[in-house]
Amino acid sequence: MTEVRRLMTTKDGFDRDLWMQSCDDLGLAGLHVPEAYGGSGFGFVEVGIVAEEMGRSLLCSPYLGSSILATSVILHAGSEEQKRDLLPDLIAGKTVACLAFAEASGHWNSDGVELTASQFGKDVLLNGKKKFVLDGCAADVIIVVARRPGTDGREGIGLYITEGLSTGLGRRSLDTIDETRKLAELSFDGVRAQVLNDSESAVAAIGHALDDGAIALANEMIGGAQALLDSTVEYTKLRMQFGRVIGSFQAVKHKCAEILLDVELAKSAAYYAAEARAENHPDVSMLASLAKATAADAYMRTAIEAIQLHGGIGFTWDHDTHLWYKRAKSSEVLLDDPTYHRNRYMAFQEVLHELK
Amino acid sequence: MSLSDDTRIQQDVRAWLEEHWDPDVSLIDWRNKLADSGWGVPHWPKQWFGREMPVSMMPIIDAEFERIGAVGVAKIGIRMLAAATLLDCANDNQKSRFLRRILTGEDTWCQLFSEPGSGSDLAGATTRADRDGDNWIINGQKVWTTSAHHAEWGLLLARTDWDVPKHQGLSFFVVDMRQDGIEVQPLKQMNGYASFNQVFFTDVPVASENLVSAVGDGWKVAMTTLAHERRTSDALRRWGKVSDRPGRIYDEERAEVATVMEPYKWYSQRAGRIDLIWPRMVETGRMNDPMVRQEVAKLLMLSYTAEWTAQRARAAQAHGRPQGPEGSLGKLASSHLARAAAKVHTLIGSADALLKGSDGATNGVIAEVLLSVPATSIAGGTDEIQRNIISERVLEMPKEPRMDGGAFRDVPKNPARKR
Repeated sequence: MTEVRRLMTTKDGFDRDLWMQSCDDLGLAGLHVPEAYGGSGFGFVEVGIVAEEMGRSLLCSPYLGSSILATSVILHAGSEEQKRDLLPDLIAGKTVACLAFAEASGHWNSDGVELTASQFGKDVLLNGKKKFVLDGCAADVIIVVARRPGTDGREGIGLYITEGLSTGLGRRSLDTIDETRKLAELSFDGVRAQVLNDSESAVAAIGHALDDGAIALANEMIGGAQALLDSTVEYTKLRMQFGRVIGSFQAVKHKCAEILLDVELAKSAAYYAAEARAENHPDVSMLASLAKATAADAYMRTAIEAIQLHGGIGFTWDHDTHLWYKRAKSSEVLLDDPTYHRNRYMAFQEVLHELK
Repeated sequence: MSLSDDTRIQQDVRAWLEEHWDPDVSLIDWRNKLADSGWGVPHWPKQWFGREMPVSMMPIIDAEFERIGAVGVAKIGIRMLAAATLLDCANDNQKSRFLRRILTGEDTWCQLFSEPGSGSDLAGATTRADRDGDNWIINGQKVWTTSAHHAEWGLLLARTDWDVPKHQGLSFFVVDMRQDGIEVQPLKQMNGYASFNQVFFTDVPVASENLVSAVGDGWKVAMTTLAHERRTSDALRRWGKVSDRPGRIYDEERAEVATVMEPYKWYSQRAGRIDLIWPRMVETGRMNDPMVRQEVAKLLMLSYTAEWTAQRARAAQAHGRPQGPEGSLGKLASSHLARAAAKVHTLIGSADALLKGSDGATNGVIAEVLLSVPATSIAGGTDEIQRNIISERVLEMPKEPRMDGGAFRDVPKNPARKR
């Protein structure tokens, strides 16, 4: 955990050389990208396995922000030429990308986008603010969800690309609870951008990328929850009070049993969603919401009980449990919270039951 | 087993059925024929009415029975627990006395394990068996005994030695339920049904030849019974379905199934009736209430993830991992699910949730759900026991220090109940 503690104090929040090396050695960034663009051509089952391990070890990397969210949106929305242009460097770890979507309202929903993309001769100029942008400060490539002026709802929504060092782009690292995952506020003051996709298919592409993000994040969360359960159970077998290890008290054992159930149910949800995504199951969006909500609740409950069962030492900075607790909290609200996802799940269920 | 084995077995059973199946004979005659042929329980030993075929062949054989419409041996009820226990633990004399009539359905069985003073702590049984010449004399009380009121035989766990540790002092008997000194009383539950019985034993003699395994082996034999209990409850769902074909043999089978299934008629309510959530939401117009939607979503997600978790466990078993304590996770999930369902049904129904019978929603089914779900977290091992199993056997956490070691005579017990 020394490395996590070192990286969380850095500006980018991850080690670029290490990231490039793991892309080189393990092909991490291009796991689910077709071989034609330099990826490994695997599916989301493999993404899930990798994300779970990352969550377990609390790895500090741009995987979720760049390799999943930004990469997926490029795959779903970009032209053939743009994919060939952008993806190889991302997969090699030479560049990092971000998806700038949510704004001050804190929702990942196209309807709420206010940032505008206006045509100025041959150029597109972006004006407005983005918030909660994963790896927004570190990104070399910035993909922005924006709307044409005068539109509302899902109409006029498009995807645009600009660079991290563009003129008029202000980047500020947000001071967040979870220091292992860097979020940025980006302000656009007439920033020149290229169109990634401003057709009607942009909204759907954003939806696919968000589903991919939710599924990857759900798998990351179950890895983290399992790590917390393991370390907590181990601790209760060592910690002595009243002449016995606290793990022999049923008050403690029963709590651990309930956590295990929570984590196992969440694993089933995360694995099922990953498999559905790998097979392009028609209900993948519904299953992504199910997985995100279930894993987020399980992770958070596990984190709360992990600190509780560690007692006073669990509340100290030097003990590592709080680092997962904070990751659980950021995972709970990023890409929208469990309440939102349950509501979205119900909307899909109504369609399935032919009630809408 | 190769593909050709499958085909050969399928041809054999089909040929036998085509030659012998006759819907106009009596149920018992037909089942005697099945027992003699070995096609009734082909996975049993050849010596005992079977053909020593692997259990994996059973679906092929069942399908052939279904194809021709042939009735099988009696498969549902406690009798199958008795059969499995006797097959594993009884001597040849006992097997030849009891097994055939279990298969023909002539004998009904009950399981006399739980007592008012020993529920979760089954090994704390205080029903006693005292030796008297060639007999054992039984005194005590059993409870939660399904089918005791019409059973011919009972599987009894009783204490034969009070001076050894609790698990070592138990013995296992087969008891003739139709004799003086045995009194069976129905036990009415909070949901109004009386699906179980209390059984009182007063100086009931049991012949030594009805002792299963050795004196002091009772706990081991009872564990064999319980190991089969989960599998049987799965089979209950499968075999509880009856053919709707006309004919004497089918009528007899339908009557048998109706008798065996009678105590279980509220069991789907006890699981929470998730299937009624959508119809109820539509019926009440509560679908658009954001709070109801949240709770329904939680319930549905729990329901699906519990099912997928069970699938993962089955897949792991199919890959050669033995069935482990993971079953306890499923049991605990069912309890959570049942409680959550009752909560959601109340949320949807509001004040209507109070009403039962024909005044109640869905003709009283919802009220029955609310009054039946408390059984889910108790029956078949309480939630507390499941959490102990999970924490001790899966998470390998230490056991709570126990107070029941040493001679059972000295272990603190519940006071004896007055009748």
